[in-house]
Amino acid sequence: MTQAISDSVSYLDEPKGIKSWLFTLDHKRIGILYMWSIMVFFFIGGMMALIVRTELLAPEQILVSADAYNQLFTLHGAIMIFLFIIPGIPAILGNYVLPLMIGAKDVAFPRLNLASWYVYIIGSLFAIYSLFSGAVDTGWTFYTPYSTQTSTSVTAMTLGAFILGFSSIFTGINFIVTIHKLRAPGMTWFKMPLFVWASYATAVIQVLATPVLGITLLLLIFERVFGIGIFDPALGGDPVLYQHFFWFYSHPAVYIMILPGMGIISEVITVFSRKKIFGYTAIAYSSLGIALVSFLVWGHHMFTSGQSELAAMIFSFLTFLVGIPSGIKMFNWVATMYKGSISFESPMLYTLSFLFLFAIGGFTGIMLGALSLDVHLHDTYFVVAHFHYVMMGGTVMAFLAGVHYWWPKIWGRMYNEKLARISAALLFIGFNMTFFTQFILGTKGMPRRYYSYLDQYQPLHAFSSYGSFIIGIAFFIMGYYLIHAIFKGQRVGKNPWGALTLEWTTTSPPPPHNFEQTPVVTDGPYDYDRIMIVGDERVYKDGPEEGKEIAKEVDSESKK
Amino acid sequence: MEHVLKQDTHVAHHFSDAEQQRDSAKLGMWIFLITEVLLFSGLFTAYAVYRAWHPETFINAHKFLNVGLGTLNTVVLITSSVTIALGIRSIQVNRRKQAIGLFIATLVLAAAFLVVKYFEYSHKTHLGQLPGKYYTFTGIEGTDPQVFFSVYFLLTGLHGLHIVFGMAAITWILIRTINNEFSPEYFTPAENVGLYWHLVDLIWIFLFPLLYLIG
Repeated sequence: MTQAISDSVSYLDEPKGIKSWLFTLDHKRIGILYMWSIMVFFFIGGMMALIVRTELLAPEQILVSADAYNQLFTLHGAIMIFLFIIPGIPAILGNYVLPLMIGAKDVAFPRLNLASWYVYIIGSLFAIYSLFSGAVDTGWTFYTPYSTQTSTSVTAMTLGAFILGFSSIFTGINFIVTIHKLRAPGMTWFKMPLFVWASYATAVIQVLATPVLGITLLLLIFERVFGIGIFDPALGGDPVLYQHFFWFYSHPAVYIMILPGMGIISEVITVFSRKKIFGYTAIAYSSLGIALVSFLVWGHHMFTSGQSELAAMIFSFLTFLVGIPSGIKMFNWVATMYKGSISFESPMLYTLSFLFLFAIGGFTGIMLGALSLDVHLHDTYFVVAHFHYVMMGGTVMAFLAGVHYWWPKIWGRMYNEKLARISAALLFIGFNMTFFTQFILGTKGMPRRYYSYLDQYQPLHAFSSYGSFIIGIAFFIMGYYLIHAIFKGQRVGKNPWGALTLEWTTTSPPPPHNFEQTPVVTDGPYDYDRIMIVGDERVYKDGPEEGKEIAKEVDSESKK
Repeated sequence: MEHVLKQDTHVAHHFSDAEQQRDSAKLGMWIFLITEVLLFSGLFTAYAVYRAWHPETFINAHKFLNVGLGTLNTVVLITSSVTIALGIRSIQVNRRKQAIGLFIATLVLAAAFLVVKYFEYSHKTHLGQLPGKYYTFTGIEGTDPQVFFSVYFLLTGLHGLHIVFGMAAITWILIRTINNEFSPEYFTPAENVGLYWHLVDLIWIFLFPLLYLIG
């Protein structure tokens, strides 16, 4: 692991100074700026969740008042959605690795990229202002008419989300153009790593859906500030129209969150199975399929809002369709592992967590898409458990898999693998304790967002809360060893995992312009059937001379 | 040779040549225009919903819009689309002074559009034909006439805002033309601003019949 440490200047060292970071146009540095800022909000949102769970240990007041509780679960949702999980994977990992993966020197519009970070910061300042000027107690969905009547600081928060939308659009435009125009010579569409395909599908949704959220939130602000009445029944408006608008964005947004995560899973599972991915084309197209279907299912959030029965039936049917491309991915990932040479380093542990948890999240999603069942389970803890299984069990696990996978590339140093495995295990246990319990609570009739509850729910609530504390501990351990690795971690070479995608052909950390020379791509991203990485270098199993070398290598490997 | 040098100074380090850079910028612009269409789509949806709910009101209320001024503004905007397109062509054939004149003409036409819009708005304010809870006018028959004016002000207001942004963008390419930064080889920013301006024009061409010419 220590061989081939390059002496060339890395993007981390040159140029120096705080200004060189704040005005950087380097996609790698912008990814890191995003990382620190998004992690701050992930921490804040996470602490709020822990307070909420602590409060729910018992039906009576423990820590906070009922009003504060309403604000806390709203802010937990709004912060986690708009400030963490939507920008998370694209803006941090996508920004960092996407240009590297396609052999580009940068994204197509570096200044727009930097602007997107500043827009993110401005949007987040509005959210923070809202936090200190009365917060929000509407739930993260800001449903009218309550959101237009509450005295809490809804305007600042929605304005923040509106501004954050621009940041998301900028990133989306940048990725689409980068993928279309900046691929290295030889990098055809079907030689692109699947993370790039997933990022492309994500960017399409970001670009097509986010403007609708923009106009929706703008209308909500106008409603509050100018009394324009577009969602106000007293003035001839329609609050259900707000729900249509909101979910037209926010359902596709769910796929903005999960698709890039699925991309990471495709990368990690192949590398740690040492096997060519099963069904490359199917996985690539299924990303686009999910992006397409995502625009046609928003009505399943409104089965009980009084939309017509016919509309509800159509939305229910279309919702089932999402299961097809998602299923295609799941089966292909599992098939990739079949007869692979699997190793269980921490990125793979998070990936396996993902497979397990996302399967549950996905299946319960199909259950909730069924009309009769949804009417029964609507607004219960079952729904809460479902979307946490998808968002946290899915996206966050995939994000963590990606963070652990690319961390040595980003910093040139490795974290403590033992601690990483411990925290992965704790996270998996804590997560299931917290949220599987909530499936049971939901089927027993516990409604979501309630401050107090009947005594019969108390044991399950307490168990769920204990689980959340374990999640908290896991994240603190993770924070410790990841930050420790930045300064004290063992240095790594170009390719510590033996991966075949382009980002592993440059030094760790990479030089400012990514590659010493523009790479020319001849191999597929997952050609483990004919390529092997031996000491950072590619060895072709079918090459005349290299073949012998490989044979030797495999021989000595098997003797061990 | 001079030519080539000048052209290359515009190519950022991460592009391999000027053509790749131009293609990227144009693709980016087209995607941005799609987001603009979707931004307006929300309001067009609101328009469709409320017109379907209150067909009578929409017909009665639209009679209070000034078709003459609306037509005038349509002509003004279409003309401005022509002038900006000609301006970009002037850059392509290396007639800088002509381009400057045409961009200034575009700015003047845009300003004229806003002036006309100002007179329309102030007349409605005067009558109390304002959106939502500020609606005080009593002369329109039908259910919820304020909804029509909510939709009217939102659509034309957001469009007006785009005119203002467009004027800022045109001023920017005007200054760059004056500074001789464009040439027949490099004029991508001007072309992209032109695309944006055509979209703003196009949105008005949908707004005009939907609001002024109902029934």
